[in-house]
Amino acid sequence: MADVTASDGALRRFLHGLPGVDAVGLEARAAALGTRSIKTTAKAYAIDLAISMIDLTTLEGADTPGKVRALCAKGVNPDPTDRGAPKVAAICVYPDMVGTAKAALGDSGIHVASVATAFPSGRAGMPVKLADTTEAVAAGADEIDMVIDRGAFLSGRYLSVFEEIQQVKAACRRADGSAAHLKVIFETGELSTYDNVRRASWLAMLAGADFIKTSTGKVAVNATPPVTLLMLEAVRDFRDAVGVRVGVKPAGGIRTTKDAIKYLVMVNETLGEEWLTGEWFRFGASSLLNDLLMQRQKLSTGRYSGPDYVTVD
Amino acid sequence: MSADRLSVLKTYKLYVGGKFPRSESGRVYEVTDSKGDWLANAPLSSRKDARDAVVAARKAFGGWSGATAYNRGQVLYRVAEMLEGRRDQFVSEVAEAEGLSKAKATAQVDAAVDRWVWYAGWSDKVAQIAGSANPVAGPFFNLSTPEPTGVVAVLAPQDSSFLGLVSVLAPAIVTGNTAVVVASEKSPLPALSLAEVLATSDVPGGVVNVLSGRTGEIAAPLAAHQDVNAIDLAGAGPELAKELEASAADNLKRVLRPRPADWSADPGTERLLAFLETKTVWHPMGA
Repeated sequence: MADVTASDGALRRFLHGLPGVDAVGLEARAAALGTRSIKTTAKAYAIDLAISMIDLTTLEGADTPGKVRALCAKGVNPDPTDRGAPKVAAICVYPDMVGTAKAALGDSGIHVASVATAFPSGRAGMPVKLADTTEAVAAGADEIDMVIDRGAFLSGRYLSVFEEIQQVKAACRRADGSAAHLKVIFETGELSTYDNVRRASWLAMLAGADFIKTSTGKVAVNATPPVTLLMLEAVRDFRDAVGVRVGVKPAGGIRTTKDAIKYLVMVNETLGEEWLTGEWFRFGASSLLNDLLMQRQKLSTGRYSGPDYVTVD
Repeated sequence: MSADRLSVLKTYKLYVGGKFPRSESGRVYEVTDSKGDWLANAPLSSRKDARDAVVAARKAFGGWSGATAYNRGQVLYRVAEMLEGRRDQFVSEVAEAEGLSKAKATAQVDAAVDRWVWYAGWSDKVAQIAGSANPVAGPFFNLSTPEPTGVVAVLAPQDSSFLGLVSVLAPAIVTGNTAVVVASEKSPLPALSLAEVLATSDVPGGVVNVLSGRTGEIAAPLAAHQDVNAIDLAGAGPELAKELEASAADNLKRVLRPRPADWSADPGTERLLAFLETKTVWHPMGA
């Protein structure tokens, strides 16, 4: 596939040569997969799996070290009344909070993810974006969530987006030769069409993304089932064409257990069981965890739980 | 209108969060009058309808409990006005459900509307009865005020389908609680019609949620629900009440036990005061 990225023209020809998305079919398929009934033991499994896939996120201007530490404590031990509850996959914070999160998580095995590259708008010069990334990696981030330059993408400068992802990927390298995982955020709510989402997915995967992620959670339209299904299909096609596995992370707007289980069904039906792990599929969420915990309590006690029985964050 | 016109029987719906959904289970049951003739279909709620109703009630609690007492009173007076406008409908529903003559049913409906108004008047007076200024040994004002307890599950009386219902619902919500009402199993139609009245008055969605179906089936998850703060067992038989009280104990719900009641008698303040918590504040007197 190296030749398709040789020049701006070649890349554009390739991306525009991808088959168009059947929007009606995609939405119908996503809706149909959302009707599966997952109950009892399967539901218990799905809830624990979903918890272990969460990137527990706080990306607010008002974040304090105390809030980040509280979130880390919750990530390690989500349900203080039930030590059997699995821990989350990662804590997602702004770069300046990486050190705090890293210290709070210690050897728990939970990753620290940091947004970078002038999140959420991505409107900054390249040196600033790279410095942002380097700083987060130096502070100990295990994963970097970068945003693409939607302005460049929408105006058709695909190669500049491609090179940007490559440069950030290079900035993810650590001194010891290892590298932080790179998640590429498309902000699908701003890409306007399904065709653009498919193109962005291929573009990012060609540039070496380890994960592709729907959205920042900062705009009106965030992760939706059709967009996520489309990205899962792109990952499937990429694996078949190139033989490289890429992870998927829907983020924003996933608040209930029901929604989360719908996404898991889509993953299983599109990419198979191999992807049903926190290593290859993540939920970017904050309030989802509480709903999962309440459902978990309902399954273990038989009583409906309430918001008084989970932590406020 | 010809005599052989087919009658249009109504399929009633639940009232949850200000909307009229069908039961999540898709089930309905036949409601008959006192002689066994088919009147209409009512939804046969499942535990998931109960769950949704509690979520709606919890969501509405902040706004309703935070409204001024005066405002809550005005909203409830407005409901009474709307009830008055639908008087004939309620009279015929009560007459059919309870096998009463038109005159007796009219008396029941009138008493129910009057009771609603009576309770509405309590909205800005209950603090004077249940609150106090406490003398303390220090330079402080010490004030206790009644606060609504939260979400109240109300099992409406089985025999008195409208007067009984109003007598248990109005005192729960006038103080700022939100309610999940389980209508009389045999005669749910007045309760479901009351929901239509509430929806077209100024009561915010979710403040009152009405479920119909088997009392035992819906009450069990409500009594065990960790996010319900109190339960009024007026419509539960002795066996069921015992079971429900036991499961309600788990999160220390306030429980109002059932007892034989004459719904036409002066209700007193018992139900009004049953679902309140006391908040006490200390305030320095200053110079």
